[in-house]
Amino acid sequence: MAGLAVRRARRQRAFRWSVLLVLGTFFVVPLIAMVEFSTRDAETWPLLVNWPRLSETYPDLANGIVASLGQASLTSLLMLVLLVPTAIWVRLRLPRLRRLVEFLCLLPLTIPAIVLVVGLAPVYAWVNYFLGGSSLTLVFAYTVLVLPYAYRAIDAGLSAIDVQTLAEAARSLGASWTTVIWRVVLPNIRSAVLSAAFLTVALVLGEFTIASLLHRTNLQVAIDYLGKSSATMSVAVSLAALLLAFALLLVLSLFGKRESR
Amino acid sequence: MAEIATTAPQRVARRPRLRGASSLLGTVPFFAYVTIFLIIPTLVVVIGAFASDAGGFTLGNVRALGDEYVVAAFGRSITLSAASALIGAIFGALLAYALVTARTGGLLRRMVTAACGVLAQFGGVTLAFAFLATIGLSGFLTLWLTEHGFDPYANGVWLFELPGLTLVYTYFQIPLMVIVFLPALDGIRPQWREATESLGGTTWQYWTRVAGPLLAPAFLGSTLLLFANAFSAYATAAALVSQGSPIVPLQIRGALTSEVVLGQANLGKAMALGMVVVVAVVMTLYSLLQKRTARWLG
Repeated sequence: MAGLAVRRARRQRAFRWSVLLVLGTFFVVPLIAMVEFSTRDAETWPLLVNWPRLSETYPDLANGIVASLGQASLTSLLMLVLLVPTAIWVRLRLPRLRRLVEFLCLLPLTIPAIVLVVGLAPVYAWVNYFLGGSSLTLVFAYTVLVLPYAYRAIDAGLSAIDVQTLAEAARSLGASWTTVIWRVVLPNIRSAVLSAAFLTVALVLGEFTIASLLHRTNLQVAIDYLGKSSATMSVAVSLAALLLAFALLLVLSLFGKRESR
Repeated sequence: MAEIATTAPQRVARRPRLRGASSLLGTVPFFAYVTIFLIIPTLVVVIGAFASDAGGFTLGNVRALGDEYVVAAFGRSITLSAASALIGAIFGALLAYALVTARTGGLLRRMVTAACGVLAQFGGVTLAFAFLATIGLSGFLTLWLTEHGFDPYANGVWLFELPGLTLVYTYFQIPLMVIVFLPALDGIRPQWREATESLGGTTWQYWTRVAGPLLAPAFLGSTLLLFANAFSAYATAAALVSQGSPIVPLQIRGALTSEVVLGQANLGKAMALGMVVVVAVVMTLYSLLQKRTARWLG
């Protein structure tokens, strides 16, 4: 019996390392290729880290970067303002609506972004009419896109604490509902809120479909556009954007680890 | 009180009506927002699919889905999604199993899962450019292979067609499979293997009679999720394919950008509706399989 276990362990180790080697190669080669491709022109990387020269040489790219940063921060803000009070309120006062809110929040998962664009086009005709055609107005559509992910993060945070008891205790001590949400519940779900915001930033920085089809600009649209004129530069920016997203999501996964422990 | 209870029986009777109403007020911003930016766009697609250019009701758009080139696009979309889902599922499951056997160490598993979490999100334009830098016409791998006497494009450039798209999609499908399939593999108890062995079962019998049937619903469900993921993807294909519209999302792009052609806009809505139907069917099957999986491997 023991011999069998040892033999199996050895076989499993061989299997493990061959799978990791083959798939690891598949995943690493494109990244190496990006490094090699983007360093073919020695000028590319120095230019990329020199913001004044970059915005002068590639104004569209600079606009895209600025637009994406603005969209990411505004979407996080709008998502939090919309979702956190609603999620807390529904848990505390309207438990019957919870299923409906959950359904609505998860709905965008079954509606591909390309389909959403088709339906959003007429809605955005009105948005343009009232707010103008700034690419920051995409924030409205992005908040819908991130709803499923943000909702799950916040809902998980709320499930981990006893919202009802906390709220009743605060209320019996004379706190208003605003105080309950702002000073009692919110501090208790801080890390859930942070991970929802991180996810939002990562998703918005990678968004292309809606921006491109509604003729707005953001980082991904700018990269796509850049690819038509300067291949080396577009690969360099792709790699930089990728590393940024990697860093964001790695921080996020560390968060998740701490949360579950 | 009794009066209120009879007129509004769905409301809890001992609560004054006004408080219930004011509670509802707290959710108004959320519901208003979701109505404008989610419900209305969805209705625009659904209604538009059945609307004629003059505004009346028509089945013409939906019937136009039967046109040869639309059917062909749906066929290619489904082929692409199925192929990349299947390849992703198989390799993802192998990788997930490799991680499960490495239980003791911990570090390897943590690192690979974190990397998978990141790579599963990696799609869109940047992924397209990554592959252009790798196996594009002047890509790193293409040049290296050609130098060593092997031209990958001897029979034509396949990167911008279905085989190329399948390869590129695999890059985010495998990590996604690892993430969704790993919990099911973790649900497999080592005791089940020991029980099989103490009853005289071989490894083959363990996999075909015990672990296989238990994992089958989870594997199928994960594959369906991967299918929906590939079917909905747009950005990677859009950045890679600039000529022609081989798959449905690119056809919708065509319909949206060439609104000068009469009737194209509503055909776009009909195709969008078709996509929603496919994804909805797949996701329903997925959730059914999830329930089955939870019975043993929860």
